[in-house]
Parts: sequence; structure tokens; C-alpha cells
Amino acid sequence: MTDTETLPETAAHRSGGTAARPSVPARPRGRRSRASAGSARMAALLVSPTLLVLAIVVLYPTLMALRESLYGPKGLDPRTGFIRTTEPFVGLRNYADIFGPAGDRFWNAFWNTTFFTVVTVGLETLIGVGMALIMHRAFRGRALVRAGILVPWAVPTAISALLWRWIFNSDGIANALIGRQILWTTEGFHAKVAVVVAEVWKTAPFIGLLVLAGLQVIPKEVYEAARIDGASALRQFWHITLPLVKPALLVAVLFRCLDALRMFDLPYILVGAQKNSVETLSMLAQNEASNVRFGPASAYSVLLFLYVLLIALAFVRLLGADLVGDGGPRGRAGRRRLVVARPAEVTA
Amino acid sequence: MRLTATWRNRLLYVGVVAVVAYCLAPFYWMLVSSLRRTSDIFDTSLLPSPVSLENYRAVFDPSQGFTRALLNSLVVAGITTVLALLLATFTAYAMARLEFRFKRLILTLVIATSMFPVVSIVVPLLKLFTDINWINTYQAMIVPSMSFALPLAVWNLTTFFRQMPDELEHAAMIDGCTRGQAFRKVIVPLAAPGIFTTAIITFIAAWNEFLIALSMTNRPAMQTAPVAISKFSGATQFETPFGSQMAAGVLVTVPLVVLVLVFQRRIVAGLTAGAAK
Repeated sequence: MTDTETLPETAAHRSGGTAARPSVPARPRGRRSRASAGSARMAALLVSPTLLVLAIVVLYPTLMALRESLYGPKGLDPRTGFIRTTEPFVGLRNYADIFGPAGDRFWNAFWNTTFFTVVTVGLETLIGVGMALIMHRAFRGRALVRAGILVPWAVPTAISALLWRWIFNSDGIANALIGRQILWTTEGFHAKVAVVVAEVWKTAPFIGLLVLAGLQVIPKEVYEAARIDGASALRQFWHITLPLVKPALLVAVLFRCLDALRMFDLPYILVGAQKNSVETLSMLAQNEASNVRFGPASAYSVLLFLYVLLIALAFVRLLGADLVGDGGPRGRAGRRRLVVARPAEVTA
Repeated sequence: MRLTATWRNRLLYVGVVAVVAYCLAPFYWMLVSSLRRTSDIFDTSLLPSPVSLENYRAVFDPSQGFTRALLNSLVVAGITTVLALLLATFTAYAMARLEFRFKRLILTLVIATSMFPVVSIVVPLLKLFTDINWINTYQAMIVPSMSFALPLAVWNLTTFFRQMPDELEHAAMIDGCTRGQAFRKVIVPLAAPGIFTTAIITFIAAWNEFLIALSMTNRPAMQTAPVAISKFSGATQFETPFGSQMAAGVLVTVPLVVLVLVFQRRIVAGLTAGAAK
């Protein structure tokens, strides 16, 4: 996904290892850069099981999905009048249907997915950055706060969906608090709002955590210099904090975007399957598959995959090779390394 | 206007309280609701009165099959974690310590894999598993779970291994160990905390999985806890048993929350893996 050129042996060197001890300027590299054939063989041995498993559980299903998306359902064979035992090859018809007259459900799911991604990621970035700034300042109770923000992350999405379903119940606490009777979890814009609120609750603290990690590597001297120069708090935030945490923030936002694009559990449980106002592409594909319409289901999932890929590539262009966190383009950002969020399954 | 130090401190406290309240309030509501009697489940008081374990008894009613669901979750998430960790340890060691061609490419691919929409692999695998009669089996849930658990573990462990000075192995190798022995006798024991952290994070991810477990099972006895809870049924068709859902939710979440609280520092380190120290 990033630069695929094979870097010179030394370039792939771990800047990470030195990060713990910045006082050591350079480690002796002689042994290492003469990577022997034995080392390569050993690497192949160690890496191949993982690659094999990933090929089986990711590559193979993806190819199968591509193939499957070209086949139609086992219907009646017009020539024999019997139910077919095999699925007929329909070429690109499943895709044509999506972009043709029967595509309403797809486009609805597509826009829902996009809406959820843009709105939730936007909100949780704002809230997350706010949280990070507070946590960064707080000295007492820091452990408490850090433990607290991990709680929403640890609650399974399915359970948090039930929890919010309960909160948004017609007689629930949400209506009691606002003093109105809104049927949150029925069709309509308020169902979207319910999903957004639940999603933001669960994931904003996670962004906060990653941004906090980014804040902690900003050297204090930069702020001291700014203070001496008389920069206001707002200017300091805008001209120092934000640019310096930007790489970390972008990575966090990338992973959140990709997570939001495949959102499934939350709307599925909070509002329900086949609800127009919250149906996402994942829900649509799953629904079709559970109804044994594998062809269209695969077509939907292929399109979702392409959508995710497109967004990922856009971000990678924005971020450069830093994404891999393996030293990145040499020298960029000096000794600072990116906060690279592991793509945790924060939500599904 | 410049704020005085005390005011700044107070504002900060307000902020800290706000953050903690934001994170914990909904969870607290789940806890409180689970402790109410069915008759006053719609109460909106902040404390349950009287405190009742009625919902917890209902959850463990044999008709809900919740104990079995917990066991299923434990088996699926446990085996997924162990397998992912086993494979990932080798790969991560190679990523952190050895030089070979295509290293960056491989690492990029592994990360890219975990960004994959799960539904894209569930749909074809569902068809395949239907054909080979794997529906309602543990392996049908474990195999697809590797698609996110393995990249997660590889990525995390690679960061942990990188943080360890490699003089350690060189010393061991000078003392006569082979690379394999140095790895087994020096690196693995020293990396144990990192491996453990990775195990927790992978386990939580696998434990929280819903889409795969939902799609690959249709027999209640094989459902994992999140799926089972989402399908809890009330006494009548129109009644959602919120009380027992909340109680079950608490039971599924509390072990994770305890784990998170105890290992808070390490988990944060794992989640922000790659951050400069």
C-alpha cells in the first residue's frame, strides 16, 4: 500500500529500538547490513506461517467474493423448469443491478455508511482531542482517567448497542433527561442520531488516548519558547500542538474511518436489521448473505472493500509511508515517531 | 485575562471529572439497571432501590443458555488468541530482528489486512462453510477471527520486540547459543510482558467479535455471549428483557473492565504501540 520499492537494507532499520535510548546516536550496523542468506532463510521460515494463514483467511475469501459476485441465485432453470443445482453465471449483472433501477437499497446503505463515517469520526476527533488536552494537563488522577477512558473501549460493541438501546428506550433515561418522548430506535433521523451518539461514546476516548500519546512526545522546550515569545494558549495550540500531533491524529482518524466504514454491530442491534435509516453496507451484505443470495451479497461486499481501499489509499497519500511506523521516510519529523494506532477492532 | 493557578487547577478538575463521567456514565447506567427489580426497571433514580439480583438469576436461567454462550465465547476467543499469538511471535521476531527483502511490504500488507471489512470475508466463507458443513462449529468462528487477530498480534509484538535491545541476543549468541536458543531462552522470557499485553488486547478484540459469530451460527447452543445476549427473549414477544440484557452485559463486560483496570498502563502502551517514548 505504501511505497513498495525495496529499500536499501539499512533503510529498513529500526528507528524504534533506539527511541527508548535516544542518547545512543547510532548502533553498530556492520553485522546487520551484511544480512546473510541464513538470515533470509530464517525470516522466510518465521514469516511464512502468518502469510499462509492470512492468505487463507483473507486473500482466498476475497478472490472467492470476486468470483461469487459474478454468479446469480439458484433459481428455476427456464429451460428445464427444475431448480438449478448450480448457480448460473450472470457476469456483471449483480453490479449492474446495483447501479441500475434496483440500486435504491445499495445507495441508501452507501450514504448511511458515508454519513456515519463522516459524522462520527468528525465528532470523536473533536471530543477526543479535547479529552487528550485535559488528560495531558492533569497530573493527579491521571491513572484514573486513563483507566476510565479504556472502559468504553473494553465494552463489546454488541453490548454497548444494547446498553444504548436501553438508554434510548421510549421510557429510558435519555427521554427522561430531555423531558420529551422520542422513539429513538425506530426509523427516522433520530435513529441515526442514536447510532452516532453510541458510536462516538465508544470511540472518542480511543482517539483521545492516541492523541494523548502524540502530545506526550512533544518536547516541553517548544512551549517554553513560545511562552517566552508571548504566544497565547490558543496560538500555542494552533501553531504548535496541532501541527505536531497531526501525524498521530491522522493515523488515528484513518483507522477510525476504516472502522466506521465497516460498521455493523451497533446499528444492527441498536435499531435493527433492514432499517432504511441506519442500514450500512456491511449490514446490507450480511443480510443478503443470510438470505442465501450470495451473488449480490458478494457484489456489495466487493464494493465496500473497494470503498475502504479507496479511503485507505487517500490517507496513505496524505500520510506517506509513515503509516508503517518502520522508520518511515528517513529523517522526516526527526527523531519523533508516529503514534501508530494498531488497527484495533475498536468497533466492528 | 490570565487565570490564576488555583482557577486553572479547578478548571482542570472539572475537565477530568467531565471526561471520567462521559466514559463511565453509560456503563454505570447498565450496572444500576441490572440491579433493579423487573417491576421498577423503568425507574430513573440514580441508585437502585431495593437492590435486587433478580435479573442475574434470570440470566442464568437454563432456558437462556447463557452459561453455554459464555463458554463458547471463551473457547472461540481463547483459541483465536493462542493461535494468533503463536504465529505472530515468530513473525514479529523476524520483523523486528532480521533483515530481509520485502520486509516493509509484508508489514504493510499485514496492517492492511486488519483494515479489511470483515463482511467481505464473511460472505464467501459463509458459503464455503455451508458447503463443507462447518456452520455451528468453533472452527467456523475461529478461522475468520484470525483475519483481524493475527495482524493485531503481529503489529503489537513487532513493536515490543523492537523496544528490546538486541545486545541481549548477541551476548547470548556469543555465549554459544544459536539464534533460535537465544530467542527462546532470552527474548521470549524478557518479552513476556509484551506478549501478555498483546494477548489481552487480542483476546478483547476476539471476545467482542459479533458479525462472524452471528453469521456462522444458527443453533443457540453454539452462539457466543454477545450474540446470545442480543437474542435474549422476554416473556412475551413484545417485551424486551432489558433487565436481563443489562445483567448479562455486565457479566460479559466486567471481566474485561477488571483486566483493563489492572493492566491499564500496559494496555495503553500496547494500544499506542509505536509511539515514541
